[in-house]
Amino acid sequence: MINLIGLILFGILAIIQSTIVSTMPLLQGTADLILLFIVAWALQDRVDSAWQWCLIGGIFASLYSALPFGTFVVAYAICVGIARLLKRRIWKAPFLAMLAGIFISTLIVLLISMIARLIMGVSISVTNILNLILLPSLLLNLILAIPVFSIMRDMAGWLYPEKLDI
Amino acid sequence: MKSNSPQSMKFFVFLLLALGLIGLALGGYLTPISRIILNPIVSAQTWLAKRYQAVQSLITQPEDVTTLRQQNSSLEAENSRLQVQIVELQQQVTEAQLLSTLVDYERRHVENQYIAASVIARDVSPFMHYVIIDRGSDDGLRKGMPVITQQGLVGSIAAVTAGAARVQLINDPGSSINVILQQSDVEAVLNGQITGEIELNMINQNANIQPGDLVMTSGLGGNYPANIVIGQVVTIRNEASSLFQTASVQAAVDFSQLEIVLIITNFQSIDISPLIPNPSSP
Repeated sequence: MINLIGLILFGILAIIQSTIVSTMPLLQGTADLILLFIVAWALQDRVDSAWQWCLIGGIFASLYSALPFGTFVVAYAICVGIARLLKRRIWKAPFLAMLAGIFISTLIVLLISMIARLIMGVSISVTNILNLILLPSLLLNLILAIPVFSIMRDMAGWLYPEKLDI
Repeated sequence: MKSNSPQSMKFFVFLLLALGLIGLALGGYLTPISRIILNPIVSAQTWLAKRYQAVQSLITQPEDVTTLRQQNSSLEAENSRLQVQIVELQQQVTEAQLLSTLVDYERRHVENQYIAASVIARDVSPFMHYVIIDRGSDDGLRKGMPVITQQGLVGSIAAVTAGAARVQLINDPGSSINVILQQSDVEAVLNGQITGEIELNMINQNANIQPGDLVMTSGLGGNYPANIVIGQVVTIRNEASSLFQTASVQAAVDFSQLEIVLIITNFQSIDISPLIPNPSSP
């Protein structure tokens, strides 16, 4: 049931990402909705389906990208690992954990994408990447981090209701 | 007799009075008097009528408000429907204009066969300059087919599924095209940049190129047909220490506004990689 919801959610997110978000870049950087939702989900309490949703999101992102298949799966898996780690370390301030998680995750996804591009035989200027892709993408992702976290917290409360001790 | 005569007199007097009044009225002599008498009556009538109408409207108001609200909501609904219709029609006009220019392009270049497709998505990675179109192998598309608009070259098909295809834009860093500068007849290689710009490389140091020179496909390499417009030279960089000149090119196509593209279906790209000698082979 939860994985089915993830399938539908990430299907919709991939469509929104490729048709709307990708057409609204800041310089050359764009927000990564799938990454935002995966990290926000991984930071929620009681959630045990973060890795499954990471796989689903990674597959959908790979379908809409010309990067080698699996690049996004690997990148998102590392991001989920880091988010779970952050959840344990900064458990008292979930919003702070979200911002930190998104900051690190954006760097990881873009770094892995860049490595994949270099492996494909394309030379890219690091300065251009930093100025035109990395910083704008970071800014956009950090702006969207808090609203996405709030949505996912509500969703987690709905899918994983808190057990009451009677 | 005595009892009848006063009654007859009374009747006669009344008759005379009545006839006199009628006569005066017909002669218009009673108009000022009737005005004096009728004015207060009309005022009173008006006052009463207004109050009555007010009371009547107070009683029947809920029904009127309901009717008005219904009318208002139906008008609002109709207004929204018409606004949606206007937006749809404007979109259709834009599409029709685009298609008209594409048809003009087809008529001017009858040597090629074309299929029109809509751009439905963009690559989710900012490192990749690719778009996805709504035509695939079911429509006869194959990998390597050139994609154009009425302005110029867009790119080539990089991957195909049954109902969609992925197009590598010429501004993708992985794109490399053999071009010719129309005015100076100089050959060069056009490469995409991560910035979304396109750059001319491998221009001979002795070549005389100028800003404004038209850049077109040369047809060399077998990836694209010859003489498709790409853009214009904007700036030239000529360093004495380097082997070649480089130049930045303003693309004829606005890649951020791609909506409808044409695919040249009768051009088959040629893979010349087996013909390139491998240094490791004997």
